[in-house]
Amino acid sequence: MGVLTTTGSRTRKFMSSPVMLNLMYVPALVLFALFVFFPITQGLKWSFTNWNGYLPRYSWVGWTQYTRILTDPKTQRSIINTFIYGLGSTILQNILGLGYALFLNGTSRAKSLVRTIVYFPAIISPLIMGYVWYFLFQYDGGALNDILVMLGRQPLDWLGNGPRAVWLMTLVNTYQFMGVAMMIYLAGLQAIPRECLEAASIDGAAGLNRFRYVTLPLLMPAVTFSMVINIIGGFKLFDVIWAMTLGGPGYASHSLSSMMYDLYFSRQDAGYAAALGNVMFLIIAVISISTLTYLRRKEVEL
Amino acid sequence: MTRRLSPLILGVAVCLFHIVPFFIMLNLSLKLRTDTSSKWVTPGYLYPDNFINAWNEADLGRALGNNIVITAASVALVISVGALAAYPLARYPSRWNNFIYTLSIAMLIVPPLTILVPLYKFVVDLHGINTYWAITLVEVTFALPLAIFMFTGFIKTIPRELDEAALIDGCPRYQIFFRIIMPLLKPVTATLIIITGLAVWNDFQFSLFFLQRKAVMTVPLVLSQFISMYQSDIAWVAAGCLIAMLPMAAVYFFLQKYFVSGLAEAAIKG
Repeated sequence: MGVLTTTGSRTRKFMSSPVMLNLMYVPALVLFALFVFFPITQGLKWSFTNWNGYLPRYSWVGWTQYTRILTDPKTQRSIINTFIYGLGSTILQNILGLGYALFLNGTSRAKSLVRTIVYFPAIISPLIMGYVWYFLFQYDGGALNDILVMLGRQPLDWLGNGPRAVWLMTLVNTYQFMGVAMMIYLAGLQAIPRECLEAASIDGAAGLNRFRYVTLPLLMPAVTFSMVINIIGGFKLFDVIWAMTLGGPGYASHSLSSMMYDLYFSRQDAGYAAALGNVMFLIIAVISISTLTYLRRKEVEL
Repeated sequence: MTRRLSPLILGVAVCLFHIVPFFIMLNLSLKLRTDTSSKWVTPGYLYPDNFINAWNEADLGRALGNNIVITAASVALVISVGALAAYPLARYPSRWNNFIYTLSIAMLIVPPLTILVPLYKFVVDLHGINTYWAITLVEVTFALPLAIFMFTGFIKTIPRELDEAALIDGCPRYQIFFRIIMPLLKPVTATLIIITGLAVWNDFQFSLFFLQRKAVMTVPLVLSQFISMYQSDIAWVAAGCLIAMLPMAAVYFFLQKYFVSGLAEAAIKG
Protein backbone atom coordinates (compact mmCIF):
# COMPACT_ATOMS: atom_id res chain seq x y z
CA MET A 1 0.00 0.00 0.00
CA GLY A 2 2.73 2.34 1.07
CA VAL A 3 4.76 1.48 -2.04
CA LEU A 4 1.75 2.09 -4.28
CA THR A 5 1.15 5.58 -2.95
CA THR A 6 4.79 6.51 -3.42
CA THR A 7 4.86 5.42 -7.06
CA GLY A 8 1.46 7.05 -7.57
CA SER A 9 2.60 10.37 -6.24
CA ARG A 10 5.90 10.05 -8.04
CA THR A 11 4.11 9.60 -11.34
CA ARG A 12 1.91 12.53 -10.55
CA LYS A 13 4.88 14.61 -9.57
CA PHE A 14 6.63 13.70 -12.81
CA MET A 15 3.46 14.37 -14.82
CA SER A 16 3.20 17.84 -13.40
CA SER A 17 6.87 18.78 -13.51
CA PRO A 18 7.72 21.71 -15.78
CA VAL A 19 9.62 19.40 -18.12
CA MET A 20 6.46 17.49 -18.98
CA LEU A 21 4.85 20.76 -20.03
CA ASN A 22 7.34 20.86 -22.86
CA LEU A 23 5.18 18.21 -24.50
CA MET A 24 2.85 21.08 -25.32
CA TYR A 25 5.10 22.34 -28.09
CA VAL A 26 5.68 18.95 -29.65
CA PRO A 27 2.82 19.28 -32.19
CA ALA A 28 4.28 22.55 -33.44
CA LEU A 29 7.77 21.05 -33.67
CA VAL A 30 6.46 18.05 -35.60
CA LEU A 31 4.84 20.36 -38.15
CA PHE A 32 8.03 22.43 -38.49
CA ALA A 33 10.11 19.29 -38.88
CA LEU A 34 7.86 17.79 -41.56
CA PHE A 35 6.97 20.84 -43.62
CA VAL A 36 10.00 23.12 -43.14
CA PHE A 37 13.19 21.36 -42.01
CA PHE A 38 12.77 18.20 -44.03
CA PRO A 39 11.97 20.10 -47.26
CA ILE A 40 14.97 22.38 -46.65
CA THR A 41 17.31 19.38 -46.53
CA GLN A 42 15.62 17.86 -49.57
CA GLY A 43 15.91 21.14 -51.44
CA LEU A 44 19.63 21.19 -50.73
CA LYS A 45 19.90 17.67 -52.07
CA TRP A 46 17.88 18.26 -55.26
CA SER A 47 19.85 21.41 -56.03
CA PHE A 48 22.93 19.23 -56.64
CA THR A 49 21.09 16.93 -59.06
CA ASN A 50 19.52 17.19 -62.50
CA TRP A 51 16.20 15.78 -61.24
CA ASN A 52 13.26 16.66 -63.52
CA GLY A 53 10.64 16.75 -60.77
CA TYR A 54 8.70 13.65 -61.81
CA LEU A 55 10.81 10.60 -62.56
CA PRO A 56 12.70 8.90 -59.74
CA ARG A 57 15.85 8.91 -61.88
CA TYR A 58 18.47 11.63 -61.46
CA SER A 59 22.21 12.03 -61.28
CA TRP A 60 24.50 14.21 -59.21
CA VAL A 61 25.77 17.26 -61.03
CA GLY A 62 27.68 19.10 -58.31
CA TRP A 63 27.45 22.87 -58.41
CA THR A 64 26.22 22.96 -62.03
CA GLN A 65 22.73 24.22 -61.13
CA TYR A 66 24.25 27.08 -59.16
CA THR A 67 26.76 28.03 -61.86
CA ARG A 68 23.89 27.98 -64.40
CA ILE A 69 22.42 30.93 -62.52
CA LEU A 70 25.55 32.94 -63.33
CA THR A 71 25.20 32.34 -67.06
CA ASP A 72 21.42 32.43 -67.49
CA PRO A 73 20.19 35.91 -68.47
CA LYS A 74 16.51 34.99 -67.89
CA THR A 75 17.19 34.02 -64.31
CA GLN A 76 19.41 37.03 -63.74
CA ARG A 77 16.60 39.24 -65.02
CA SER A 78 14.22 37.60 -62.54
CA ILE A 79 16.69 38.17 -59.68
CA ILE A 80 16.93 41.87 -60.57
CA ASN A 81 13.14 42.04 -60.83
CA THR A 82 12.78 40.39 -57.43
CA PHE A 83 14.92 43.15 -55.96
CA ILE A 84 12.81 45.81 -57.65
CA TYR A 85 9.60 44.19 -56.42
CA GLY A 86 10.98 43.71 -52.93
CA LEU A 87 12.99 46.85 -52.24
CA GLY A 88 10.96 49.12 -54.55
CA SER A 89 7.65 48.37 -52.93
CA THR A 90 9.16 48.40 -49.44
CA ILE A 91 10.53 51.90 -49.93
CA LEU A 92 7.40 53.23 -51.64
CA GLN A 93 5.00 51.65 -49.15
CA ASN A 94 6.85 53.06 -46.18
CA ILE A 95 7.26 56.57 -47.54
CA LEU A 96 3.62 56.74 -48.65
CA GLY A 97 2.38 54.92 -45.55
CA LEU A 98 4.20 57.37 -43.28
CA GLY A 99 2.94 60.34 -45.28
CA TYR A 100 -0.64 59.08 -45.11
CA ALA A 101 -0.30 58.35 -41.40
CA LEU A 102 0.88 61.90 -40.65
CA PHE A 103 -1.92 63.29 -42.80
CA LEU A 104 -4.66 61.04 -41.39
CA ASN A 105 -3.64 60.95 -37.74
CA GLY A 106 -6.64 62.08 -35.72
CA THR A 107 -10.06 61.07 -34.55
CA SER A 108 -12.33 62.88 -36.99
CA ARG A 109 -14.88 60.78 -38.82
CA ALA A 110 -13.68 61.94 -42.24
CA LYS A 111 -10.12 60.82 -41.49
CA SER A 112 -11.33 57.48 -40.25
CA LEU A 113 -13.32 57.00 -43.47
CA VAL A 114 -10.27 57.76 -45.63
CA ARG A 115 -8.21 55.30 -43.54
CA THR A 116 -10.84 52.60 -44.10
CA ILE A 117 -10.71 53.16 -47.84
CA VAL A 118 -6.90 53.24 -48.06
CA TYR A 119 -6.58 50.03 -46.03
CA PHE A 120 -9.31 48.14 -47.87
CA PRO A 121 -7.19 46.66 -50.73
CA ALA A 122 -4.97 44.92 -48.16
CA ILE A 123 -7.74 42.47 -47.30
CA ILE A 124 -8.32 41.39 -50.89
CA SER A 125 -6.57 38.46 -52.51
CA PRO A 126 -3.50 39.85 -54.34
CA LEU A 127 -4.53 37.76 -57.34
CA ILE A 128 -7.85 39.59 -57.60
CA MET A 129 -6.07 42.91 -57.01
CA GLY A 130 -3.87 42.04 -59.99
CA TYR A 131 -6.90 41.39 -62.20
CA VAL A 132 -8.56 44.59 -61.07
CA TRP A 133 -5.51 46.59 -62.19
CA TYR A 134 -5.28 44.53 -65.34
CA PHE A 135 -8.64 46.06 -66.32
CA LEU A 136 -6.91 49.45 -66.22
CA PHE A 137 -3.65 48.53 -67.95
CA GLN A 138 -5.08 46.23 -70.61
CA TYR A 139 -4.04 47.17 -74.15
CA ASP A 140 -7.34 46.46 -75.85
CA GLY A 141 -10.06 48.40 -74.09
CA GLY A 142 -8.21 49.06 -70.84
CA ALA A 143 -9.45 52.00 -68.81
CA LEU A 144 -6.19 53.97 -69.13
CA ASN A 145 -6.14 53.55 -72.89
CA ASP A 146 -9.74 54.76 -73.02
CA ILE A 147 -8.45 58.05 -71.60
CA LEU A 148 -5.53 58.19 -74.05
CA VAL A 149 -7.87 57.57 -76.99
CA MET A 150 -10.27 60.17 -75.71
CA LEU A 151 -7.39 62.67 -75.63
CA GLY A 152 -6.64 61.77 -79.25
CA ARG A 153 -3.44 59.83 -78.45
CA GLN A 154 -2.34 56.36 -79.49
CA PRO A 155 -3.23 53.59 -77.02
CA LEU A 156 -0.21 52.34 -75.10
CA ASP A 157 0.67 48.69 -74.46
CA TRP A 158 1.29 49.34 -70.76
CA LEU A 159 2.36 45.82 -69.83
CA GLY A 160 4.04 45.03 -73.17
CA ASN A 161 7.35 46.51 -72.09
CA GLY A 162 9.27 44.41 -69.56
CA PRO A 163 10.86 47.05 -67.31
CA ARG A 164 7.68 49.15 -67.34
CA ALA A 165 5.57 46.11 -66.44
CA VAL A 166 7.90 45.43 -63.51
CA TRP A 167 7.48 48.96 -62.18
CA LEU A 168 3.73 48.97 -62.74
CA MET A 169 3.39 45.75 -60.74
CA THR A 170 5.60 47.21 -58.02
CA LEU A 171 3.14 50.11 -57.89
CA VAL A 172 0.17 47.72 -57.76
CA ASN A 173 1.75 45.90 -54.83
CA THR A 174 2.44 49.26 -53.18
CA TYR A 175 -1.13 50.42 -53.73
CA GLN A 176 -2.45 47.22 -52.21
CA PHE A 177 -0.34 47.13 -49.05
CA MET A 178 0.53 50.76 -48.25
CA GLY A 179 -2.56 50.79 -46.02
CA VAL A 180 -0.82 48.27 -43.80
CA ALA A 181 2.22 50.52 -43.43
CA MET A 182 -0.10 53.45 -42.77
CA MET A 183 -1.90 51.61 -39.96
CA ILE A 184 1.40 50.56 -38.38
CA TYR A 185 2.67 54.14 -38.43
CA LEU A 186 -0.62 55.43 -37.03
CA ALA A 187 -0.28 53.03 -34.12
CA GLY A 188 3.32 54.17 -33.69
CA LEU A 189 2.31 57.85 -33.74
CA GLN A 190 -0.33 57.24 -31.12
CA ALA A 191 2.24 55.54 -28.89
CA ILE A 192 4.39 58.69 -28.78
CA PRO A 193 3.71 60.51 -25.50
CA ARG A 194 2.20 63.94 -25.98
CA GLU A 195 4.67 65.42 -23.47
CA CYS A 196 7.61 64.63 -25.76
CA LEU A 197 6.08 66.59 -28.61
CA GLU A 198 5.07 69.45 -26.33
CA ALA A 199 8.50 69.63 -24.73
CA ALA A 200 10.02 69.77 -28.20
CA SER A 201 7.70 72.60 -29.18
CA ILE A 202 8.61 74.54 -26.05
CA ASP A 203 12.28 74.07 -26.89
CA GLY A 204 11.53 75.68 -30.21
CA ALA A 205 11.43 72.64 -32.48
CA ALA A 206 8.65 72.94 -35.03
CA GLY A 207 7.58 71.46 -38.33
CA LEU A 208 10.25 69.48 -40.08
CA ASN A 209 12.75 69.79 -37.26
CA ARG A 210 10.34 68.37 -34.74
CA PHE A 211 9.58 65.50 -37.10
CA ARG A 212 13.24 64.85 -37.83
CA TYR A 213 14.54 64.96 -34.24
CA VAL A 214 11.56 63.91 -32.12
CA THR A 215 8.81 62.10 -34.00
CA LEU A 216 10.94 59.96 -36.31
CA PRO A 217 13.33 58.55 -33.68
CA LEU A 218 10.38 57.65 -31.46
CA LEU A 219 8.71 56.03 -34.45
CA MET A 220 11.63 53.71 -35.19
CA PRO A 221 10.07 50.54 -33.71
CA ALA A 222 7.14 50.96 -36.10
CA VAL A 223 9.57 51.61 -38.97
CA THR A 224 11.46 48.41 -38.18
CA PHE A 225 8.33 46.30 -38.02
CA SER A 226 6.82 47.77 -41.17
CA MET A 227 10.03 47.55 -43.22
CA VAL A 228 10.68 43.94 -42.30
CA ILE A 229 7.18 42.69 -43.09
CA ASN A 230 7.22 44.64 -46.36
CA ILE A 231 10.56 43.18 -47.39
CA ILE A 232 9.38 39.65 -46.70
CA GLY A 233 6.12 40.34 -48.54
CA GLY A 234 7.62 42.15 -51.53
CA PHE A 235 10.32 39.60 -52.28
CA LYS A 236 7.80 36.82 -52.69
CA LEU A 237 5.56 38.68 -55.15
CA PHE A 238 3.78 36.06 -57.22
CA ASP A 239 0.01 36.50 -57.41
CA VAL A 240 0.09 39.92 -59.04
CA ILE A 241 2.54 38.69 -61.69
CA TRP A 242 0.34 35.68 -62.34
CA ALA A 243 -2.67 37.96 -62.83
CA MET A 244 -1.07 40.71 -64.90
CA THR A 245 1.72 39.38 -67.12
CA LEU A 246 2.43 35.70 -66.33
CA GLY A 247 6.06 36.79 -66.30
CA GLY A 248 5.95 38.22 -69.81
CA PRO A 249 6.63 39.66 -72.27
CA GLY A 250 8.96 36.70 -72.70
CA TYR A 251 10.60 36.30 -69.35
CA ALA A 252 10.98 40.01 -68.71
CA SER A 253 8.78 40.46 -65.64
CA HIS A 254 9.30 37.18 -63.77
CA SER A 255 10.20 37.25 -60.11
CA LEU A 256 12.22 34.39 -58.65
CA SER A 257 9.06 32.81 -57.28
CA SER A 258 7.14 32.84 -60.55
CA MET A 259 10.31 31.70 -62.31
CA MET A 260 10.56 28.71 -59.98
CA TYR A 261 6.98 27.68 -60.72
CA ASP A 262 7.68 27.93 -64.44
CA LEU A 263 10.89 25.90 -64.10
CA TYR A 264 9.23 23.12 -62.15
CA PHE A 265 5.94 22.73 -63.97
CA SER A 266 6.59 24.01 -67.50
CA ARG A 267 10.27 23.23 -68.06
CA GLN A 268 10.61 20.26 -65.67
CA ASP A 269 13.87 21.56 -64.39
CA ALA A 270 13.33 20.79 -60.70
CA GLY A 271 17.00 20.65 -59.73
CA TYR A 272 17.53 24.17 -61.07
CA ALA A 273 14.32 25.38 -59.42
CA ALA A 274 15.52 24.00 -56.08
CA ALA A 275 18.88 25.76 -56.49
CA LEU A 276 17.10 29.04 -57.22
CA GLY A 277 14.94 28.52 -54.14
CA ASN A 278 18.03 28.12 -51.97
CA VAL A 279 19.61 31.24 -53.43
CA MET A 280 16.43 33.21 -52.82
CA PHE A 281 16.26 31.87 -49.27
CA LEU A 282 19.74 33.19 -48.60
CA ILE A 283 19.04 36.57 -50.18
CA ILE A 284 15.84 37.18 -48.21
CA ALA A 285 17.33 35.94 -44.94
CA VAL A 286 20.41 38.14 -45.27
CA ILE A 287 18.46 41.23 -46.28
CA SER A 288 15.75 40.95 -43.65
CA ILE A 289 18.15 40.11 -40.83
CA SER A 290 20.52 42.94 -41.70
CA THR A 291 17.62 45.41 -42.04
CA LEU A 292 16.32 44.25 -38.69
CA THR A 293 19.63 44.65 -36.88
CA TYR A 294 20.39 47.98 -38.58
CA LEU A 295 17.01 49.47 -37.70
CA ARG A 296 16.98 48.02 -34.18
CA ARG A 297 20.16 49.95 -33.48
CA LYS A 298 18.41 53.18 -34.48
CA GLU A 299 15.57 52.69 -32.02
CA VAL A 300 15.62 54.84 -28.91
CA GLU A 301 14.38 53.93 -25.48
CA LEU A 302 11.91 56.25 -23.82
CA MET B 1 -10.11 79.25 -45.33
CA THR B 2 -7.56 77.74 -47.71
CA ARG B 3 -5.79 76.15 -44.73
CA ARG B 4 -8.98 74.30 -43.89
CA LEU B 5 -9.95 73.56 -47.44
CA SER B 6 -6.73 72.12 -48.81
CA PRO B 7 -6.60 69.05 -46.51
CA LEU B 8 -10.20 68.38 -47.47
CA ILE B 9 -9.42 68.51 -51.19
CA LEU B 10 -6.37 66.33 -50.64
CA GLY B 11 -8.50 63.84 -48.70
CA VAL B 12 -11.11 63.63 -51.44
CA ALA B 13 -8.40 63.22 -54.08
CA VAL B 14 -6.79 60.40 -52.09
CA CYS B 15 -10.13 58.62 -51.76
CA LEU B 16 -10.92 58.96 -55.45
CA PHE B 17 -7.50 57.61 -56.40
CA HIS B 18 -7.95 54.59 -54.17
CA ILE B 19 -11.46 53.87 -55.36
CA VAL B 20 -10.83 54.15 -59.14
CA PRO B 21 -9.78 50.51 -59.75
CA PHE B 22 -12.84 49.22 -57.94
CA PHE B 23 -15.06 51.65 -59.80
CA ILE B 24 -13.72 50.37 -63.14
CA MET B 25 -14.28 46.77 -62.06
CA LEU B 26 -17.86 47.48 -60.99
CA ASN B 27 -18.53 49.30 -64.25
CA LEU B 28 -17.17 46.42 -66.30
CA SER B 29 -19.13 43.82 -64.41
CA LEU B 30 -22.42 45.57 -65.16
CA LYS B 31 -21.93 46.03 -68.89
CA LEU B 32 -23.11 43.97 -71.83
CA ARG B 33 -20.26 42.43 -73.83
CA THR B 34 -21.48 44.37 -76.86
CA ASP B 35 -21.21 47.66 -74.97
CA THR B 36 -17.99 49.26 -76.20
CA SER B 37 -18.40 52.57 -74.41
CA SER B 38 -15.52 53.92 -72.34
CA LYS B 39 -14.71 51.99 -69.16
CA TRP B 40 -15.25 55.19 -67.20
CA VAL B 41 -18.89 55.56 -68.24
CA THR B 42 -21.46 53.81 -66.07
CA PRO B 43 -24.01 51.77 -68.03
CA GLY B 44 -27.49 53.22 -68.05
CA TYR B 45 -29.08 49.80 -67.63
CA LEU B 46 -29.08 46.86 -65.23
CA TYR B 47 -27.58 43.63 -66.52
CA PRO B 48 -27.04 41.04 -63.79
CA ASP B 49 -26.33 38.12 -66.18
CA ASN B 50 -22.57 38.59 -65.89
CA PHE B 51 -22.79 37.69 -62.22
CA ILE B 52 -25.02 34.67 -62.83
CA ASN B 53 -22.76 33.39 -65.60
CA ALA B 54 -19.61 33.91 -63.58
CA TRP B 55 -21.12 32.17 -60.57
CA ASN B 56 -22.19 29.14 -62.63
CA GLU B 57 -19.27 28.87 -65.05
CA ALA B 58 -16.56 29.26 -62.43
CA ASP B 59 -18.49 27.13 -59.94
CA LEU B 60 -17.90 29.80 -57.33
CA GLY B 61 -20.34 28.23 -54.87
CA ARG B 62 -18.29 25.08 -54.49
CA ALA B 63 -15.06 27.08 -54.39
CA LEU B 64 -16.41 29.22 -51.56
CA GLY B 65 -17.28 26.04 -49.68
CA ASN B 66 -13.70 24.80 -50.11
CA ASN B 67 -12.40 28.15 -48.90
CA ILE B 68 -14.54 27.97 -45.79
CA VAL B 69 -13.46 24.41 -44.92
CA ILE B 70 -9.74 25.06 -45.41
CA THR B 71 -9.76 28.44 -43.66
CA ALA B 72 -11.79 27.26 -40.66
CA ALA B 73 -9.65 24.14 -40.16
CA SER B 74 -6.39 26.09 -40.52
CA VAL B 75 -7.43 28.83 -38.12
CA ALA B 76 -8.63 26.34 -35.49
CA LEU B 77 -5.36 24.40 -35.69
CA VAL B 78 -3.11 27.46 -35.67
CA ILE B 79 -4.83 28.80 -32.57
CA SER B 80 -4.77 25.55 -30.61
CA VAL B 81 -1.29 24.34 -31.59
CA GLY B 82 0.13 27.87 -31.26
CA ALA B 83 -1.35 28.59 -27.83
CA LEU B 84 -0.27 25.18 -26.49
CA ALA B 85 3.27 25.68 -27.71
CA ALA B 86 3.50 29.20 -26.35
CA TYR B 87 2.72 28.28 -22.73
CA PRO B 88 5.89 26.35 -21.80
CA LEU B 89 7.97 28.71 -23.97
CA ALA B 90 6.67 31.74 -22.07
CA ARG B 91 6.65 30.25 -18.56
CA TYR B 92 9.74 28.02 -18.45
CA PRO B 93 12.45 29.80 -20.42
CA SER B 94 15.13 27.16 -19.94
CA ARG B 95 18.05 27.28 -22.33
CA TRP B 96 16.52 24.52 -24.45
CA ASN B 97 13.11 26.21 -24.52
CA ASN B 98 14.67 29.52 -25.50
CA PHE B 99 16.35 27.74 -28.37
CA ILE B 100 13.00 26.28 -29.49
CA TYR B 101 11.44 29.74 -29.25
CA THR B 102 14.20 31.37 -31.33
CA LEU B 103 13.89 28.60 -33.88
CA SER B 104 10.14 29.18 -34.21
CA ILE B 105 10.58 32.91 -34.59
CA ALA B 106 13.39 32.49 -37.10
CA MET B 107 10.88 30.72 -39.28
CA LEU B 108 9.01 34.00 -39.68
CA ILE B 109 11.62 34.95 -42.25
CA VAL B 110 11.73 31.62 -44.09
CA PRO B 111 9.92 32.53 -47.26
CA PRO B 112 7.68 29.52 -47.92
CA LEU B 113 8.16 29.67 -51.65
CA THR B 114 11.86 29.09 -51.50
CA ILE B 115 11.14 25.57 -50.30
CA LEU B 116 8.04 24.99 -52.42
CA VAL B 117 9.81 22.61 -54.81
CA PRO B 118 10.88 20.08 -52.14
CA LEU B 119 7.68 20.72 -50.17
CA TYR B 120 5.60 19.90 -53.23
CA LYS B 121 7.56 16.70 -53.80
CA PHE B 122 7.08 15.72 -50.14
CA VAL B 123 3.30 16.29 -50.31
CA VAL B 124 3.17 14.25 -53.53
CA ASP B 125 4.94 11.39 -51.71
CA LEU B 126 2.41 11.63 -48.86
CA HIS B 127 -0.42 11.42 -51.44
CA GLY B 128 -1.57 14.80 -50.16
CA ILE B 129 -2.17 16.56 -53.49
CA ASN B 130 -5.86 17.51 -53.88
CA THR B 131 -6.66 16.79 -50.24
CA TYR B 132 -7.95 19.21 -47.64
CA TRP B 133 -5.59 17.93 -44.96
CA ALA B 134 -2.36 18.59 -46.84
CA ILE B 135 -3.14 22.19 -47.78
CA THR B 136 -4.44 22.79 -44.24
CA LEU B 137 -1.28 21.42 -42.57
CA VAL B 138 0.95 23.47 -44.87
CA GLU B 139 -1.02 26.65 -44.20
CA VAL B 140 -0.92 25.92 -40.46
CA THR B 141 2.83 25.33 -40.45
CA PHE B 142 3.58 28.66 -42.06
CA ALA B 143 1.11 30.58 -39.89
CA LEU B 144 2.41 29.03 -36.66
CA PRO B 145 5.57 31.13 -36.10
CA LEU B 146 3.54 34.34 -35.84
CA ALA B 147 0.98 32.65 -33.56
CA ILE B 148 3.71 31.35 -31.26
CA PHE B 149 5.37 34.77 -31.25
CA MET B 150 2.18 36.61 -30.34
CA PHE B 151 0.88 34.06 -27.81
CA THR B 152 4.25 33.87 -26.05
CA GLY B 153 4.46 37.65 -25.86
CA PHE B 154 0.96 37.83 -24.46
CA ILE B 155 1.37 35.05 -21.88
CA LYS B 156 4.50 36.79 -20.58
CA THR B 157 2.35 39.79 -19.69
CA ILE B 158 0.04 37.63 -17.54
CA PRO B 159 1.35 37.79 -13.92
CA ARG B 160 3.10 34.60 -12.85
CA GLU B 161 1.40 34.89 -9.45
CA LEU B 162 -1.79 33.61 -11.06
CA ASP B 163 -0.07 30.32 -11.99
CA GLU B 164 1.58 30.04 -8.58
CA ALA B 165 -1.66 30.66 -6.69
CA ALA B 166 -3.37 27.95 -8.71
CA LEU B 167 -0.47 25.57 -8.05
CA ILE B 168 -0.68 26.18 -4.31
CA ASP B 169 -4.42 25.58 -4.43
CA GLY B 170 -3.64 22.13 -5.79
CA CYS B 171 -4.32 22.66 -9.47
CA PRO B 172 -2.10 20.24 -11.42
CA ARG B 173 0.46 22.07 -13.52
CA TYR B 174 -0.81 20.86 -16.86
CA GLN B 175 -4.31 22.10 -16.01
CA ILE B 176 -3.20 25.64 -15.20
CA PHE B 177 -2.99 26.39 -18.90
CA PHE B 178 -6.50 25.20 -19.64
CA ARG B 179 -8.16 26.62 -16.54
CA ILE B 180 -6.30 29.86 -15.90
CA ILE B 181 -4.37 30.99 -18.96
CA MET B 182 -6.58 29.99 -21.87
CA PRO B 183 -9.59 32.11 -20.89
CA LEU B 184 -7.30 35.15 -20.73
CA LEU B 185 -6.01 34.75 -24.28
CA LYS B 186 -9.16 36.06 -25.97
CA PRO B 187 -7.86 39.40 -27.33
CA VAL B 188 -4.72 38.00 -28.93
CA THR B 189 -6.75 35.06 -30.24
CA ALA B 190 -9.15 37.43 -31.99
CA THR B 191 -6.21 39.17 -33.65
CA LEU B 192 -4.68 35.89 -34.76
CA ILE B 193 -7.97 34.57 -36.13
CA ILE B 194 -8.14 37.63 -38.37
CA ILE B 195 -4.50 37.58 -39.50
CA THR B 196 -4.43 33.82 -40.16
CA GLY B 197 -7.93 33.70 -41.61
CA LEU B 198 -7.10 36.47 -44.07
CA ALA B 199 -3.83 34.87 -45.17
CA VAL B 200 -5.36 31.43 -45.70
CA TRP B 201 -8.53 32.73 -47.34
CA ASN B 202 -6.54 34.77 -49.89
CA ASP B 203 -3.76 32.26 -50.44
CA PHE B 204 -3.06 31.52 -54.06
CA GLN B 205 0.42 30.12 -54.30
CA PHE B 206 0.21 27.10 -51.97
CA SER B 207 -3.21 26.29 -53.39
CA LEU B 208 -1.85 26.47 -56.93
CA PHE B 209 0.67 23.76 -56.08
CA PHE B 210 -1.43 21.51 -53.85
CA LEU B 211 -4.99 21.78 -55.21
CA GLN B 212 -5.06 20.76 -58.85
CA ARG B 213 -8.50 19.13 -59.17
CA LYS B 214 -11.49 21.34 -59.78
CA ALA B 215 -13.49 19.76 -56.94
CA VAL B 216 -11.11 20.99 -54.23
CA MET B 217 -10.09 24.34 -55.71
CA THR B 218 -10.50 27.56 -53.72
CA VAL B 219 -11.85 30.87 -55.01
CA PRO B 220 -8.58 32.42 -56.25
CA LEU B 221 -7.79 29.21 -58.14
CA VAL B 222 -11.12 28.85 -59.93
CA LEU B 223 -10.97 32.54 -60.72
CA SER B 224 -7.57 32.23 -62.35
CA GLN B 225 -8.78 29.24 -64.40
CA PHE B 226 -11.96 31.03 -65.32
CA ILE B 227 -9.99 34.01 -66.50
CA SER B 228 -7.64 32.03 -68.71
CA MET B 229 -10.72 30.44 -70.33
CA TYR B 230 -12.78 33.60 -70.86
CA GLN B 231 -10.04 36.15 -71.49
CA SER B 232 -12.12 37.89 -74.13
CA ASP B 233 -15.17 38.10 -71.92
CA ILE B 234 -13.82 40.67 -69.52
CA ALA B 235 -17.27 41.49 -68.09
CA TRP B 236 -17.65 37.97 -66.70
CA VAL B 237 -14.18 38.12 -65.28
CA ALA B 238 -14.92 41.41 -63.54
CA ALA B 239 -18.17 40.01 -62.16
CA GLY B 240 -16.32 36.93 -60.89
CA CYS B 241 -13.69 39.08 -59.16
CA LEU B 242 -16.38 41.19 -57.54
CA ILE B 243 -18.21 38.15 -56.17
CA ALA B 244 -14.93 36.71 -54.93
CA MET B 245 -13.98 39.79 -52.93
CA LEU B 246 -17.39 40.26 -51.33
CA PRO B 247 -17.11 37.82 -48.38
CA MET B 248 -13.85 39.33 -47.09
CA ALA B 249 -15.09 42.85 -47.75
CA ALA B 250 -18.18 42.15 -45.63
CA VAL B 251 -16.08 40.75 -42.79
CA TYR B 252 -13.79 43.79 -43.00
CA PHE B 253 -16.56 46.33 -42.76
CA PHE B 254 -18.15 44.64 -39.75
CA LEU B 255 -14.97 43.77 -37.84
CA GLN B 256 -12.78 46.64 -38.98
CA LYS B 257 -11.70 47.47 -35.45
CA TYR B 258 -10.09 44.05 -35.00
CA PHE B 259 -8.21 44.16 -38.30
CA VAL B 260 -6.47 47.33 -37.28
CA SER B 261 -5.97 46.79 -33.53
CA GLY B 262 -4.20 43.49 -34.21
CA LEU B 263 -1.68 45.17 -36.47
CA ALA B 264 -1.14 47.94 -33.96
CA GLU B 265 -0.45 45.43 -31.20
CA ALA B 266 2.05 43.53 -33.29
CA ALA B 267 3.74 46.76 -34.35
CA ILE B 268 4.19 48.21 -30.91
CA LYS B 269 5.23 45.01 -29.19
CA GLY B 270 7.29 43.70 -32.11
